Amino acid sequence: MTQAECKVVKASEINPRFKYEISKMHGAEKLMRCFQCGTCTSDCPIARYSESYRPRQIIRMAQLGLEDRILDSDTLWLCASCFTCTDRCPQDVEVASVIRVLRNLAAERGHIPQVFREQFSSILESGYAYKIPELRVKRRELLGLPPLPKGNSESIRKTLRGLKPEKFFENNGGY
Amino acid sequence: MSKGRYLIFLGCAIPYRVSAFEVSARKVLAKLGVELVEMPEFNCCGLPLDPVSHEAMLVLAARNLALAEQKGLDIITLCPGCAGTLKKVNRMLKEDGALRHSINQRLKEVGLEFKGTIEAKHLMQVLIEDIGLERVKDSVIKPLTALSVAEHNGCHILRPKEFIGFDDPEDPKTLKTLIEATGARCLDYLEETECCGAPSVGVNDKIALQLARNKLNHVKAVKAEAMITICPFCHIMYDTNELRIEKMFNETYGIPILHYPQLLGLAMGFQPEELGFSELRVDASRILDKTKGGK
Repeated sequence: MTQAECKVVKASEINPRFKYEISKMHGAEKLMRCFQCGTCTSDCPIARYSESYRPRQIIRMAQLGLEDRILDSDTLWLCASCFTCTDRCPQDVEVASVIRVLRNLAAERGHIPQVFREQFSSILESGYAYKIPELRVKRRELLGLPPLPKGNSESIRKTLRGLKPEKFFENNGGY
Repeated sequence: MSKGRYLIFLGCAIPYRVSAFEVSARKVLAKLGVELVEMPEFNCCGLPLDPVSHEAMLVLAARNLALAEQKGLDIITLCPGCAGTLKKVNRMLKEDGALRHSINQRLKEVGLEFKGTIEAKHLMQVLIEDIGLERVKDSVIKPLTALSVAEHNGCHILRPKEFIGFDDPEDPKTLKTLIEATGARCLDYLEETECCGAPSVGVNDKIALQLARNKLNHVKAVKAEAMITICPFCHIMYDTNELRIEKMFNETYGIPILHYPQLLGLAMGFQPEELGFSELRVDASRILDKTKGGK
């Protein structure tokens, strides 16, 4: 989010229940403890190079209930999940996990970067998050490595059936 | 659980493009008397899906834990991402009966059940806790005393501390200790525990590469002859991308990036070709010459 986009907060944009809703989700339980000290942002390696990603700001927006602004923003997907913020938060807020909860909710709205879509369909197909080229598989023998364990596609699909975000899993899973 | 026999969980990145890590890890573990059993069936640990669906991550991790339980073996992983995920989910499911029940409902569909009878560990934790520093030191027959290197732990072997817990994220010592066990000097440098940037590749490559560049600059500043990693993603970030970073930001490094078991393997007396050195992108011949006794 750029500064300009953040200037005015309209009351109609606010979902006052948002903070209670996400506080029930695993990882975001301690959201309301945040007192905005800014340790997360000042220690964040991404914030150092990004002009828009500020974990403190995202946490504050979540507390304020600016649901749409957070969930519809690409900024949310910049977190590298290094967990520095989580480990250093003096209030014990699991900042990286709150961001993950918010991403899960954004995913339910269909906001999912392509890289995740590709990894997911590959997992369903082969068990592996990447499509491992046949050459690589063959080369293992040359390198003296044992054959790669195979993924059980049917079984993986079965265990993931009906999960949220439903559309994502349906479209990718083909069931 | 037996300390000499593990189920090896390769993860996705290693078979995809980081074979040297696997080749060298298998060599040094065999030398240390560890027996590796292959996973009967594989699926991703779940970590890549966590941002999209936490529940999918839990199910994928639990599947692997349940498969390992059937074999009655602890899991060893080479990837800290897999180790962190399997450790975390293992503990969550052991401690939270309701969560265990709901995940087990899904596993039941395919004849699996999570019971909570095994542990998952990263290679480094196995080396330091199960095998022990003394045995690692005893395996060294060619101390690499001529080498000065820098370590890069990466994030998921250290954080979040609550779930990983075997080293201090603010001042990690394990990798340094293991490097020093080979006889090499391990240099301190600025921002040692910073992220390599790998998780942001694909979302914003430029930010990711800036993070990697920052670390390479610090490593260069202390004149380290190599950087030692224990994570396939960190390795890709530095080794595969080093040339790209040099071009993009007009830098020069020429710093070889070694997987820790490659370093230990050299000290154990293995030949570079047995440790996958030919797989590295950044030329490591200068340090190999030095370890041979110098030319």
